[in-house]
Amino acid sequence: MDFLFITQQTLSATIGVNTIIFALAAIGLNMHFGYTGLLNFGQAGFLAIGAYSVAVPVISFGLSLWLAFLIGIFNSILFALILGIPTLRLRADYLAIVTIAAAEIVRQIARSATFNSSLGGSDGITGKFGKDFFDLNHFKSGVDTPILRFNANDLWVVITGWLLVALIVFLMWIMVNSPWGRLMRAIREDEDAVRSLGKNVYLYKMQSLIIGGVIGACGGFVYALSRQSVQPDNYGTALTFFAYTVLILGGAARVFSPVIGAMIFWFLIVFIEQLLRQGVSNDLIPDWLIGANQVSQIRFMLMGLGLMLLMIFRPQGIFGDKKELALDAKA
Amino acid sequence: MQRHSGVVGDFVAVTEKAPGSAKPDPILIADQITRNFGGLTAVSVAHLEIQRGSITALIGPNGAGKTTFFNLLTGFDSPNSGSWSFNGKVLNGIPPHKVARLGMVRTFQLTKALYRLTVLENMALGARGQKGESVLRSLLPWIWKAQEREIEQKAIAILANFKLIDKKDDFAAALSGGQRKLLEMARALMVEPEMVMLDEPMAGVNPALKQSLLEHIKELRNEGKTVLFVEHDMDMVREISDWVVVMSQGEVIAEGTPESVMKNEQVIEAYLGAHHNINLSAEGDS
Repeated sequence: MDFLFITQQTLSATIGVNTIIFALAAIGLNMHFGYTGLLNFGQAGFLAIGAYSVAVPVISFGLSLWLAFLIGIFNSILFALILGIPTLRLRADYLAIVTIAAAEIVRQIARSATFNSSLGGSDGITGKFGKDFFDLNHFKSGVDTPILRFNANDLWVVITGWLLVALIVFLMWIMVNSPWGRLMRAIREDEDAVRSLGKNVYLYKMQSLIIGGVIGACGGFVYALSRQSVQPDNYGTALTFFAYTVLILGGAARVFSPVIGAMIFWFLIVFIEQLLRQGVSNDLIPDWLIGANQVSQIRFMLMGLGLMLLMIFRPQGIFGDKKELALDAKA
Repeated sequence: MQRHSGVVGDFVAVTEKAPGSAKPDPILIADQITRNFGGLTAVSVAHLEIQRGSITALIGPNGAGKTTFFNLLTGFDSPNSGSWSFNGKVLNGIPPHKVARLGMVRTFQLTKALYRLTVLENMALGARGQKGESVLRSLLPWIWKAQEREIEQKAIAILANFKLIDKKDDFAAALSGGQRKLLEMARALMVEPEMVMLDEPMAGVNPALKQSLLEHIKELRNEGKTVLFVEHDMDMVREISDWVVVMSQGEVIAEGTPESVMKNEQVIEAYLGAHHNINLSAEGDS
């Protein structure tokens, strides 16, 4: 067993690119679900829109990457408006149905043969659309230490990505502790009560949907840039549910919980995977029990088991307050 | 008697005790309001005026359409026909939050305390024109901090009056049912309404708190506010209301002072059924 290798892989993943992507997706969901009570099951759609918005303008239309970021933000606002206008007046469960469908529509359009020339069909888009971004990278080599390992490009993505996460978390922290944030939490508790006090609930829910969606699109930017490629099937419903897992793992309606949740999520997945792989290849785990090509499925099973245990023994998540959760019973 | 003095007393004296009667200075006027749910007509109010500065009770048997009528007046539901105005402003098609901003604020039959907000946060939410409720200005705390402190002071003053001050940092969910009713009423006052609409303020409130709730409602009138409330508790209706409107099967069937409506044949009939004085026992006159 190469424990040093396991440690290196696990720690690199804990603060790595995927953690940043999932943290951003979950911060957006925290705005929607944690603070406003909007059951958005289409967060993957916002990430897809962010990812395609940086790739398509650069590759298919030859625009600058910086303009593509603005297009991405604009598109995610537009998507939030399209989702929100018909559904935010309805009950919460309708939003869940509509968002899950809308995100699938986005993915299906992206992979459709009709738009093959611009969106790349089911193969997606691969190319050097992140060139402008990586040109700014002054790290000529990556890091390769016993505990952390990133190549030069990943190092640049990780550093800028964490700066982005820090900025967004800071802004979120100010916002949720303002009267605006109080209004959002009030809407989560009972929107009719908020209406009766003279507040335009529809407007505020729309603001929440847009803000959380734009943060999700930022996750899409990181996803696309880090891989220099966009694959439509990466933005399926599983991405949304993993983002919810991350959020609930950390504890909803806490500013830092999506970040910590994403770190724990990726720590566990990579740690379990590496441990199993090493165990299988060193014959510590017999072949009849787990084969080498079953490891990647079994890590998710164990992850699922871990989550079940968390929900049983710590339903409020890492940061949540159990007393506060109990109040939800509306006794 | 205090309630029969001044403007309110005059209004009681000069107003005809009949459904749809005209008031000297109505704050709320409703005309031909109907609301159907499928084949059922839940509300069918031909004409109703509510006197400014009075405490008016809206009573009636279960299913009479009182709460539906409340929802219609406050914009939480839309009527199939009819029009109504508040302070001379027609309210047709006005969404509930704008109705509240115009000065007509309601509470709910099933109390809507915001459970995972503290009592103080519940209160602060009611304040009008908060700069920090704008999404962009929320990021600039120095713009709204001073206003926030003023709101807090005002909230604390009202909470002290409602004897909820010790609970100000507790979650609203930690309050008893009666305290939540008090909180909901106190929160409505943060909006500085001209008219307060209370949907069953006494439901589930213990007798000790009841008395204090009654005092608060009387106090509202003393401050010149108008109160319209739905209530089943007849003691309360008798004790504090200047005027009583009785609804049955969606219609206003009687209006008048508490004493006059309780003697009204139609009202007794509505509550007890048309045949309440017929002996239903099989043995006849045994």
